[in-house]
Formats: sequence, structure tokens, C-alpha cells
Amino acid sequence: MNDAERIVSLIPRLRRYARALTGDRAAADDLVQDTLERGWSKLHLFRPGTDLRAWLFTVMHNVYVNQLRAARPGAPLGDEMPELSRPARESDGLELRDLDTAIRRLPPEQREVLLLVALEDMSYGEAARTLDIPIGTVMSRLSRARDKLRSGLAMSGKLKVVK
Amino acid sequence: MAYLPQDDSEMQAISNALHEAYDPMLSEPVPGRFAHVLRPRWTPYAVAAAWTLLGLGVGLACGWQLRSWQGGPVAKADVPAFVRRAAIAHATFVPEIRHPVEVGADQEQHLITWLSKRLGTRLRVPSLETVGYSLVGGRLLPGEKGPVAQFMYQTAQGRRLTLYVRTDASENPETAFRYAAEGGVKVFYWIDRKLGYALSSSDIGKDDLLKVANAVYQQLNP
Repeated sequence: MNDAERIVSLIPRLRRYARALTGDRAAADDLVQDTLERGWSKLHLFRPGTDLRAWLFTVMHNVYVNQLRAARPGAPLGDEMPELSRPARESDGLELRDLDTAIRRLPPEQREVLLLVALEDMSYGEAARTLDIPIGTVMSRLSRARDKLRSGLAMSGKLKVVK
Repeated sequence: MAYLPQDDSEMQAISNALHEAYDPMLSEPVPGRFAHVLRPRWTPYAVAAAWTLLGLGVGLACGWQLRSWQGGPVAKADVPAFVRRAAIAHATFVPEIRHPVEVGADQEQHLITWLSKRLGTRLRVPSLETVGYSLVGGRLLPGEKGPVAQFMYQTAQGRRLTLYVRTDASENPETAFRYAAEGGVKVFYWIDRKLGYALSSSDIGKDDLLKVANAVYQQLNP
């Protein structure tokens, strides 16, 4: 397979992740498109022999962060980054019905970690490299994401924990 | 360190729920719009090279309009200026992701009315579905003597071609198809009464492009 074919074969996974990340089909495809465009033009920066999928997810992460910055100029990024989607209102607490809503209520940086680990099945180390953050940060963000999901999803009955 | 989240039952439940919710995306067909991104790109250098190649014959071509169109094969020097402009417009807009056209095919009637008004003649936009191309839309461009129109089409796989239409070609009442290939852009062009047409592609073969050119011609001359 040449580079283009290998990238094409990864498009479904990029779309799945983008869909979960943005919570919106059209926004997801725009994100994928921007990622492909950027990845394709920066392909010379990809080191052969390393994981192309992880590299593309890194590209997507960077594109996504840039989009968030553009949407919220001046907003700090990192752990204090505010969520982009509509802010949770108090009444939303009881109306959580689906996973999409629960995911969307996570701050973006927690959402990314959760999705890379739980949906993309990356190890903590892979997620850390993809997002260019320390492994400890992956763990702490994941832990916070889980706390929030637990409180959100438990009441909607979506999360069935088999003990 | 390499603690596997899958070992944790709650993480497993979250993972299962996420897969259940989003895995259907994996089996959806990949939208054609993405395929277009992953093609050899028109870098600024390539566009500059196209300009250079296309411009090679400028000096020699000065007198082309006085020549008969019914002569032999077109030498590079004889490629009409509007064909060069069409090829450059093609190279400029075909790689465009966000704004390939000014007015999209969803407003086809408005597109036709608008461009017809600006070009001062009643334009027709051929439907090329039978040869696998659907209309993306069109835009107004500056030509040598006034406004010209460019229509863009693409296949489901994202292959694009453009049809460039100029008016005021009356000095050459009619021609057969002529072919020019410059700077990676293949162009079939012809003049039909007052209108000059140039159909450009950078990613299909000459024979395939000729098929499309025939389809365009037949649509415009039923």
C-alpha cells in the first residue's frame, strides 16, 4: 500500500473518533477533512516505521485544538480549558439520555483521552504520545473523565458495570 | 505503567458503550470528498511551472487568431490564450477544499441565471451524470476581454474537471475539438458560435476526457 492508500484505510477510524469527539456528524467530517489535508501536506514529517494511525491522531488532535482556539480566542488551553459545546445547565443533569451528551459534557482534553483509550483502544503510553502529554496526565484526565461519566451515565442506565 | 484499562470492569463498560455507539461509523462508506484530498497536490511551484509552460508559446502565438482553425494538429505555440487561462483556472480551483466554487450546484438555476447575465449570453450547464460527473457549481472569473465562467464537476471518487466558457469568440465561428496538454492539465477546447469552451482535467486520460468533451458537446448541441 502506498501512503495515500494507508491513509484512506484509516479514514473510517478517524471519522469514528471525530464523530465522538465533536458530537456532530458535519463537524466531524470537517475535522477529518482538515486532518487529511494537513496530514497529507505534512506527510514528509511522518517517520516511516512508526505508527501512521497514531501520527494521524496527533495531527487530528492539533487541528482540533486549533479549532477550539479559533472558536474561543484567548481561552486558556490545557486542564482548565473550557468545553466548547454548550455549557451544561443545572437542569441538564437529569436529562442526560445518551452517551453523546455525556461525552460532550466532558472538557475536550478529558474527552480526547477517554476516547483514545476506551474507543481507540490505545494504551496509556500511546495516548500520551499521541497527545504529547505525560502519561500521568493521561491517567489523571481519564480518571476525571470517568468520574463525570459515571455520575452522568449511571442515572440514565447506559453504563452497566459487570462486577 | 502499561496498565491495561481493559482490565477494569468499569472501563470495559465505558469502552463497550462507546464501541456500541460509534462503531457503526466504521462501516459507512467513506465520503468522496476525502478522496480528493489525498492526491498529488498543486503546489505553488507546480502552478508556477504551469504558468511557465503555458506561457512558452505566448510570443509565437500572437498571430494565432489570424490563422485558420482547420489546419493540422495544434502546435503548443498555437494554444489560444483562453485555453491557457482555462488551464490555470483549473489548476487554481480544483485543489480547493472549502471553496471550490462560488455558487454550488444546489443553486443551479441561480448559478445559470447569474453567469448568463454577467457573460451576456444564455449559458447552458451540461449534465454529465451519464459519464459519472456531477456538477459541483461554478464561478465567475476575469477573462481577456470580460467575464468568463468556470463550472466544476466531480466524480463520486472526488476526481474533478472544469469547463471554462468564454464569450466573444466570434472571430472563429466554429472549430473541431482541439487538444492541449500543458503543465499536467489536459484540455479539450472548441469554439461553437460565439462561445469558446475548454474542458480541463488533471487526473484522467486523454481518451476519457474526450468522452466527457463529447458528452458536453452533445448536451450543448442537441
